[in-house]
Amino acid sequence: MLAEIGHFALILTLLVAIAQSVLPMLGAIRGDAALMAFGRSAASLQALLIAISFGSLMTLFGQADFSVKLVANHSALSQPLPYRLAATWGNHEGSMLLWVLVLSVYGAGIAKFGDNLRATLQARILSIQAMISVAFLAFALFTSNPFERLFPVPLDGAELNPLLQDPGLVFHPPLLYLGYVGFSVTFSFAVAALLEGRADPAWARWMRPWVLAAWIPLTIGITLGSFWAYYELGWGGWWFWDPVENASFMPWLIGTALLHSAIVTEKRGSLAGWTILLAIMAFSLSLIGTFLVRSGILTSVHAFAVDPERGVFILAMIIGATGTALAMFAARAPMLKSGALFGSVSRESGLTMNNLLLMALTAVVFLGTFYPVIMEAVSPANKISVGPPYYNLVFVPLATPLLLLVTIGPMLAWKRDDLATLGRKLLVPTAIVAALLAALVLAFGWQQVVAALGLALGAWLVLGAVLVLVRRWWGAGGFSLRLVRTTPAATIGLVLAHAGLGFTTAGIASMTSFAAEKILVMRPGETAVAGPVSVKMLGAEEVDGANYRALRARFTVAQNGREGLLISERRLYTVSGNQTTEAGIGVSLLGNQYVAIGDVQQDARGQGLVVRIYWHPLVGWIWFGGLLMAMGGCASLADRRFRIGAPQLRSPLAPTLVPAE
Amino acid sequence: MKRLAMLLALLAASPVAAVMPDEMLPDAAQESRARAISKDLRCVVCQNQSIDDSDAPLARDLRVLVREQIAAGKSDAEVRDYVVARYGNFVLLKPPVEGDTLLLWLGPFAVLLLGGIGIAFWQRRRPTSTQDAAPLSAAERAELDRLAGSDN
Repeated sequence: MLAEIGHFALILTLLVAIAQSVLPMLGAIRGDAALMAFGRSAASLQALLIAISFGSLMTLFGQADFSVKLVANHSALSQPLPYRLAATWGNHEGSMLLWVLVLSVYGAGIAKFGDNLRATLQARILSIQAMISVAFLAFALFTSNPFERLFPVPLDGAELNPLLQDPGLVFHPPLLYLGYVGFSVTFSFAVAALLEGRADPAWARWMRPWVLAAWIPLTIGITLGSFWAYYELGWGGWWFWDPVENASFMPWLIGTALLHSAIVTEKRGSLAGWTILLAIMAFSLSLIGTFLVRSGILTSVHAFAVDPERGVFILAMIIGATGTALAMFAARAPMLKSGALFGSVSRESGLTMNNLLLMALTAVVFLGTFYPVIMEAVSPANKISVGPPYYNLVFVPLATPLLLLVTIGPMLAWKRDDLATLGRKLLVPTAIVAALLAALVLAFGWQQVVAALGLALGAWLVLGAVLVLVRRWWGAGGFSLRLVRTTPAATIGLVLAHAGLGFTTAGIASMTSFAAEKILVMRPGETAVAGPVSVKMLGAEEVDGANYRALRARFTVAQNGREGLLISERRLYTVSGNQTTEAGIGVSLLGNQYVAIGDVQQDARGQGLVVRIYWHPLVGWIWFGGLLMAMGGCASLADRRFRIGAPQLRSPLAPTLVPAE
Repeated sequence: MKRLAMLLALLAASPVAAVMPDEMLPDAAQESRARAISKDLRCVVCQNQSIDDSDAPLARDLRVLVREQIAAGKSDAEVRDYVVARYGNFVLLKPPVEGDTLLLWLGPFAVLLLGGIGIAFWQRRRPTSTQDAAPLSAAERAELDRLAGSDN
């Protein structure tokens, strides 16, 4: 019964979305307030209906109702309840439903919190949101119905991949979706601005919180995903340049560019066309991220053909949304008023450089991800692979100037600045970082000069962020509490995010150069050393978990005279036969000790257990930096400027100015 | 202990990454060369994994092959060429710079360059440029700073 309720609610959602995609738009064109108001009610109704549908599916998973095919295929009775519930979105159909749920909730958000928006703009945005909804709801209903029944009903289901049975993975996909789908809102803002032929500072100010609302969960999601890979995959890698990771990284890079270019549009009215273009690209890349990756096209062109119905639908959606928006951009961009001019040395030009470099970095990831597929399609005889060595070689030289610029940018004045003033401001941080660099080179030697440069770059970023506060708090008359009190939340956001980037940079530099490892066969009582870490194996035994059996090894770990106990497991999930590794990780501020166990093997001294011991210096800084960036986003979002409404010209509604679609 | 042995038997194929102690070369310098080469070679049956990270049997074979070649006294380049001769460019995680891959290698820099030119052109096309105005004098700037109270 519940499955039918969920299915029915899903169909109703589609009907509401169809009405919402047409009527408010019509209202905006005709200046009909009632039709525009309908858009707001419809958006809330849509969210309510899809919530009922999603809630039904989640309850079915909770009840372990194996008469529903999806539940039977993706959960088992032996699975703990939280993971059964999380299995709702641990599969294609369920995650599609989550996608439309998030989409509708954002739509309802625009209806609820968009009181200060121009009524016509809000109506158009809601209509465009609904058009996206229609496409995805139709996709869910016609190609991936989550409520399909199964007969005969099995006694138990097939298990969710145990790798995914982990708290990190419970929250990872919803966070990424919040990010991906959040960019649908900025996409709608961009298209609505093109329809109205107007992208002014007020528009940018309205849009900025929504950019942040997408960027923050995406940042946390990527950070969490990286952390999950680190402790679950068994050898402490934290980023793999895997297509799935790249898929979330591309919208993040473009989203970051959008975040910055929207500032220019908000403060100075410039770069409006550029901001619109970035908003379109961020959503396109999000679509690519969610769906092309799922379609299997990245594994091989041929995998795409296994499920052509879904694949073609997805491709049509991506091309339809992106193509239409870009065509409109080409037609309307020249109509957009260009804002204030700016000099070649100015905050605006700094942010333009930021945008260009972020675009180039996105191009690195995009080409690296899709080039092998394109090559396979164009010349199958000459297949290539693109992996970490390519990214390291091309990404780093483009990322370095961007990171250098992060500290310089906030020092620049809006509109026009000159190099002499900038030079004076840069004197102190440059001197400090140069001294640090010299000290690092002295400490580690010339062989580790790359690591020293990376760490110094991290310090440069953190210092640059701190200096923003210092300059803000020390006015012409010295330090002033009034200046501290009146610091806008957005400034705090900038400081946190830029400092976070510094911590991440330092962590990456340290991990790249100073990580140590030792792989060997150990027997109880034996000791091994990796870098500064000394590990002694105590013993190994079998243990039983809720739905798995495990081999558990215990170790004592000594470093700098301090000892600790680490436990490492290899689990066998009894239903599916899948295996996972649970590494033992000793966490500290300066780095992690990491011990993972493997097979039984013979070496010169007899039979023992393969043990991998790692020392990961500053690895935690990578994720700490990511979280700090997200916190910076939150601080920015809290800025009261976003709540008191945007300054706008009092102009009468002028529907006649708006050409028909 | 018997149950433990059974579990170990069940846990036959380890999901844990890659290199096993029994594959390693006794010479530490040679082994670290082998690791470096392995990181650049793709496990051809895996999705985007290097043979150094992969636990697939084929990756193991390739790791052993690389080590045999190194132990036989081949240089790094010779080992790579040997593997490429057998598996083609597909095995390299860093594709060679050729006609086919020029776009891959130069594309990002082209984006930067073309974007820069585009924006410079856009700015130049404007009827007036702020560059024409004389920069503020130090006194004017100090006065402005005083009036503004801060630089934000």
